[in-house]
Amino acid sequence: MPVFNQSRSRIIKLIFTVAFLVILVQLFNLQVISGKYRKLAMDNAVYPKIVYPERGIIFDRKGKAILNNSIMYDMMVTPAEIKGIDTLEFCRMMEIDTAEFNRRILDARFKNTAVRPSIFEDLLTPELQVRFEENSWKFPGFVLVQRPVRVYPFKAAAHILGYIAEVSPKQIENSESFYRMGDYVGQTGLEAIYEKVLMGQRGVQYLIKDNKNRLVGSYEKGEFDTAAIAGRGLRTFIDIELQQLAEKLMTNKVGSVVALDPKTGGILAMTSGPNFNPNELTGPDKNKNYTRLVLDVSAPLLNRAIKGQYPPGSTFKPLGALIALDEGVINANYGFPCGGRYHGCGIGKPACTHSGGGHAATLRLSIANSCNSYYAHVYRLTVDNPKYKNVKDGYEKWHDYMNAFGLGVRLGIDLPSEDRGNIPDTAVYNREYRNQWNSCTNLTLGIGQDKMLATPLQLANAMCIVANKGYYYTPHFVDKIEGETEEDTALLNKYRKKHEVLTNISDLDYNEVIDGMQDVVESGTARIAKIPGIEICAKTGTAENFTFLDGKKLKLPDNSMFVCFAPKENPRIALAVTVENAGFGSTWAGPIARILMEKYLNDTIQEKSKADVERISNTDLMPKYYIRKQYITDSLRAVEWFKLTKDSSYIKKYVFENTTAPGPEENKEQGKQEKKESLVFRNVERSYRQKQFVRTT
Amino acid sequence: MSQRNPEISKGVDWSLVWLWALLSFIGIMAIFGVTYHEGDNVLQTFLRFRTDYSRQFYFFVASAFIGMFILLTDSKFFPATANLWYAAGILLILLVFPLGSKVKGTESIIKVGGSFQFQPAEFCKICVCLALAKYLSRPETDFRRTQSQLIAAGIALLPAAFSIMQSETGLALVYLSFFIVMYREGLSSAVLIIGFSIGTLIVATLLVEKNLLAIILTAIAAFVIYIMRRQIKRNRALLVNIVLLWGLCVGIQRFGVPFIFKHILATHQVERIFSTIGKDIPSEYKKVQKGDQVKVGVKKDVDYNVKQSKIAIGSGGFAGKGLLKGTQTRFDFVPEQRTDFIFCTIGEGFGFIGSLVLLVLYLVLLFRIVTVAERQRSVFSRCYAYGVGAVFFFHIAINLAMTVGLAPVIGIPLPFVSYGGTSLLTNTILLFILIRLDADRQMVLR
Repeated sequence: MPVFNQSRSRIIKLIFTVAFLVILVQLFNLQVISGKYRKLAMDNAVYPKIVYPERGIIFDRKGKAILNNSIMYDMMVTPAEIKGIDTLEFCRMMEIDTAEFNRRILDARFKNTAVRPSIFEDLLTPELQVRFEENSWKFPGFVLVQRPVRVYPFKAAAHILGYIAEVSPKQIENSESFYRMGDYVGQTGLEAIYEKVLMGQRGVQYLIKDNKNRLVGSYEKGEFDTAAIAGRGLRTFIDIELQQLAEKLMTNKVGSVVALDPKTGGILAMTSGPNFNPNELTGPDKNKNYTRLVLDVSAPLLNRAIKGQYPPGSTFKPLGALIALDEGVINANYGFPCGGRYHGCGIGKPACTHSGGGHAATLRLSIANSCNSYYAHVYRLTVDNPKYKNVKDGYEKWHDYMNAFGLGVRLGIDLPSEDRGNIPDTAVYNREYRNQWNSCTNLTLGIGQDKMLATPLQLANAMCIVANKGYYYTPHFVDKIEGETEEDTALLNKYRKKHEVLTNISDLDYNEVIDGMQDVVESGTARIAKIPGIEICAKTGTAENFTFLDGKKLKLPDNSMFVCFAPKENPRIALAVTVENAGFGSTWAGPIARILMEKYLNDTIQEKSKADVERISNTDLMPKYYIRKQYITDSLRAVEWFKLTKDSSYIKKYVFENTTAPGPEENKEQGKQEKKESLVFRNVERSYRQKQFVRTT
Repeated sequence: MSQRNPEISKGVDWSLVWLWALLSFIGIMAIFGVTYHEGDNVLQTFLRFRTDYSRQFYFFVASAFIGMFILLTDSKFFPATANLWYAAGILLILLVFPLGSKVKGTESIIKVGGSFQFQPAEFCKICVCLALAKYLSRPETDFRRTQSQLIAAGIALLPAAFSIMQSETGLALVYLSFFIVMYREGLSSAVLIIGFSIGTLIVATLLVEKNLLAIILTAIAAFVIYIMRRQIKRNRALLVNIVLLWGLCVGIQRFGVPFIFKHILATHQVERIFSTIGKDIPSEYKKVQKGDQVKVGVKKDVDYNVKQSKIAIGSGGFAGKGLLKGTQTRFDFVPEQRTDFIFCTIGEGFGFIGSLVLLVLYLVLLFRIVTVAERQRSVFSRCYAYGVGAVFFFHIAINLAMTVGLAPVIGIPLPFVSYGGTSLLTNTILLFILIRLDADRQMVLR
């Protein structure tokens, strides 16, 4: 049936087809050509949640956990779920005001929307946590979420164990983005060195999120998830009770204690004073505490056992004797007529604590009585040895011996940033004296002074070499790694290697010096270190030192040094104790070493020593000049603060000590940044005043 | 049944019935894909009226009954009552003004009982379809006359005008589809071409800077005058026409479009139009309304819907992720995905292949309707069939273009597939009246 305009049906069909084709082309473009949408959809809906493994535990030699994991709680808030709570009561419980409450809620809404949980307060104190849990039914919208933290059950070994903190942008870059923002990573100590072992392997859990970014379940039933592998534990040589005792003895003292096991190189205890409780850097107040520790001029964060550089003083003498014996410039019967001063170089120096009485008639006597003239002379004999062309060659040889003893070189302990002390080489003296120098120039090297500097660790290690008669193992903490892999073995192998550095020195020579060191305790300068039933070999040291204060060179009280090992046969412990500006080696360092040896060797300490522990730990030997130094740094900071903000209140405090400091109320209106800053200052100010108080009473 | 009453199934175009059933099934499945939650008991939830897919299923059953009922009626009933339908439709639309309630930005919905909603503008499509067919098939109508054409346009556009007044621009646009019917019945192609040109001009106005566009238009006019200089010499009126046309174009571009954007379209419509062409809204079209800027909170992008829709469809890839595997549609990233954006579920779940199948099904449906239309003896049936085809075409084309980001977001559902009782019922009635009329195609209906 011919119909009017029938041809138009074809045009209409054409219009339909064209429209559909256009849509089809766009579909082809979206679904087949453009690949980006699949990824966009994944990003939209799949959230790769990092699952953090439990960090490895560090054990002491007896298997006690000295660095463990614990759970603390963060309080999370989901603003949309807060309904009908008594805000006032809540604020009273949390010890905040309502303005702060509102600010935090607004913050949470802004950062994370109202329907997702955000942190209201992190790391609740245990009291707060208990208080909240009792009342939690009253406060819908608030929940506690577990968060693993590191705890130090013995509150000890802060410098050794180190701490973890959020990774810095620099560290992320260095790790080639292995770490991500918000990761926690070991910052110092064993936590940093054994980071790879302790951290374990992160897992990933793919979660589905909905259009409001709420997590609603696992993606593909967890098919693509990888499980986290817990970090492995470390078994160390540390004797935690010895460590705690050492730290107790070093309270209110600047210095360090290092205790080594000569047979293995294992570190039994290592402390640096002033110390701090490692838990301070994990809990709710970690930032506040860290600021306080950083601003303290006595540098509690510094590990003086590996970073403190001290002239070894007389503690060096046994080494000087061994070198001279080995070089054949003296023998065991060598004596030196000391009348209280050394006149060999025509200046009457160094002086000697003893005079006459044949106190340096033999090698043994010279060690026991610590004769300065004897060792100054022995040093000269060694470097001026006719075997060598001139003093420089002789010195070079002596320098080699020193390095063999581990002085002037880094030992390679498993802690970061070890210092190497200082044994100057000939170039230094050549430069300083324009090649015109002789054995008199650096005479006091023979008594462990001049430019000679050593870390307490090096001194303890040198004792190991003496005790072992020529060999040592690199001092280290970690004995075993749980589930040791090949990589771990490679790491630990350098600590399992015996370094036979000075076995060329004959046992006879060693025995002479060791006998001399035993005499130090039996009849010499360190009779205070005697322990009944144990043969102890020791050497005291009393080293001069100086500091610069207010542009002047200031002579400080001598450092009290003590090195020893025991028992004489089959030694089990070697110690180096340094107490800065405390006077004679036998007054403070000696008794500390004795108590520690007693504790380690007898596993208990006698009544007399217990009284000593109390007496020593209660004595404040903090150098007096720190007060002035703290004042200078704090007031300089106040000046910087003034330059930045034109706020003169802090300066006034330092200029007119008696004017009252602005109270916290007056600071309230000022900015947040300033508040934080002022907090820092208040802390500094408080600790400063406290110290002053201690000094003046 | 066919035994007892052989007339019912006689002449029924079963291919259309099958297409209808197939598309409705795809719809229920897609809605199931969106709203099913893991662990739900499928059978239990299906039989209860609680979930969207079970509701859609019951709507489908109801539609089937109504479809059957239509097949049972006499085909003479429809041309006879066409004008009555139209009157009823207009009345229902007018009832919205006193009784309507505001739902999701539109004011065109009447709430019946508690939860049941009814949208007269949707239903009115049937009325217009019938009334237009009735008017065009009148023996006294001479469609070559402009007056008849205007009356026909009036019949089609009256409900559209009411619809716009009820802030339901999307549905109003559908009424433009009736021009296809008029075109088939002899409306000059010029009308369609002019309409298309005006559309192009409006889009160009939005895309091109306005002074530049004016210069381009002037250049085109000058070029045409130059080409046609011989004819113009002979016929001065031609020049006047060209100049008038030029003036009209520039007028639309400079004043018409800004007027529409400033005074007729709502803010969200302006936003959607500009987001489709991918441009920022010019400051002159921004409307500052009281209370608008006070809203605090995270505001989603204007084109959030389209972006998420494109991500959903695009992430389906060539073969799709499979039913219930689509993360975009399963976790509510695409708003309105049960209704207007239902195609996302198919695009994500079944990929390009699935989308292609759906498109082909729709195209087969449309072609079948055109074929059916052309085999009618009566003009009424033919016009009605074209009306149905045109309405379906508009719905499908605009909806799909919107979901793939080719057209602004206009809230019109995908026939038979989108969730919604009114939509499914209306489309079913439209289609089954056609099937009924087609069954009596040898009869001349007036």
